[in-house]
Amino acid sequence: MKYVDEFRDPELITRAAEEIRRLADPNRHYRLMEVCGGHTHAIYRFGLKDVLPSNIELIHGPGCPVCVLPMGRIDDALSVAKDPDVIFAAFGDMMRVPGTHGSPLEHKARGMDVRIVYSPTDAIKLAKMNPQKHVMFFAIGFETTAPSTALTLMRAKSEGLHNFSIFCNHVTIIPAIRAILDSPDMRLDGFIGPGHVSTVIGCRPYEWIAKNERKPIVVCGFEPLDLLQSIVMLLTQLQKGEAKVENQYKRVVPWEGNRAALRAMAETFQLRPYFEWRGLGFISQSALRIREQYAEWDSERRFQVPGIRVTDPKAAQCGEVLKGVLKPAQCKLFGRECTPENPVGALMVSSEGSCAAYYNYEHRKGGLLTTISASA
Amino acid sequence: MCLAIPGKIVEIAPDNPNSALVDVVGMRRRVDLGLLEDDRPVPGDWVLIHVGFAMSKISEVDAIDQMRTLEMLGECEAAVQEVRGYGLEEIEDKQAS
Repeated sequence: MKYVDEFRDPELITRAAEEIRRLADPNRHYRLMEVCGGHTHAIYRFGLKDVLPSNIELIHGPGCPVCVLPMGRIDDALSVAKDPDVIFAAFGDMMRVPGTHGSPLEHKARGMDVRIVYSPTDAIKLAKMNPQKHVMFFAIGFETTAPSTALTLMRAKSEGLHNFSIFCNHVTIIPAIRAILDSPDMRLDGFIGPGHVSTVIGCRPYEWIAKNERKPIVVCGFEPLDLLQSIVMLLTQLQKGEAKVENQYKRVVPWEGNRAALRAMAETFQLRPYFEWRGLGFISQSALRIREQYAEWDSERRFQVPGIRVTDPKAAQCGEVLKGVLKPAQCKLFGRECTPENPVGALMVSSEGSCAAYYNYEHRKGGLLTTISASA
Repeated sequence: MCLAIPGKIVEIAPDNPNSALVDVVGMRRRVDLGLLEDDRPVPGDWVLIHVGFAMSKISEVDAIDQMRTLEMLGECEAAVQEVRGYGLEEIEDKQAS
């Protein structure tokens, strides 16, 4: 593993890797899903695969918010932003995500007023600096970013800011995990639970995975040692035939989550009856919309939103990759038509997307892609 | 966007308990403390910041480790760019002065 030397305690890493080899039954193939895109990025970056025995397979989950957003939502927001009085503001991650007629950045090149912001509060600043314009903030993310959007809505309301609204695409992680477990072509042995989402929701919401589905789940940090320790914890449970929720990332994640964040979300958001996810289709009660009391700051209530639905380019297999059914390099477009420089699908855009991670750290190293295409 | 950037609270605005000046990777930026209202940080505390909001209090040791993780992930530059707020802070400061 390339980064071992830079890490604070290489010896602990070696010990954890040895422990994994000891615990893994050589006659068994383990499929563990890391739910969070940040983990996917870290796993590739650290070259974790190199220290894991070959019968431990890590399956990349749906936890990259840019990746799971269907193209129609981007088209919808861009159609509102065609109005020259509207400023489209979004996080940098969104800027190169393709819509039907190009990404937000390409729309900017054609004259649309598109701004990158780091925080939703920056979008509020933009609105104050441009009182003659309307600033629409394109909000995305799981429970990690939803509380920030919630507080931003509360601030906009209390300040009586009238030229600002939020195009809300926030999604929730639990229904996505449920959809994956319900998927007939998916067999999983356990989950590496998301780190920062759990800072907000805590560990309780995962209890049904252990109790009803009999799968272990370990909430995990982002350092190489965190990931290896979580795999040790999962294998220990599997060896004993247990299924529990465990928290490896205790230094950041409290069991009960962040109550202030959950209160802000409850104040401003309600569950949508259903929401479309790229690759997973419509999932009931899986996304947040803005409550009636905040209607004035809800772009979807304030503007005519066409409700565009687009099927992904046929050749691209983003859906299968998102569900973990295909590995990135098994998609026909991977590394050819679809690259980080010229992405066809969103999974190649975000650093948390499994295709981009795979491309940057595996494909460029060479080897894997050649092996797969040779065997195809 | 989902990355957490560690920062050290420098001062809390006297007129707004939710607004803190935070030292993040050697730069100073205003960060919203609204999500920590149940466990308010004080100057000198370390916090993990997501999209301009402090999300959790952490120890100094964990903050340093988190910074190292960002470095290893090759996300340091992205973090710095994010912290700069794409120039918005400067614009605001200039207007204020």
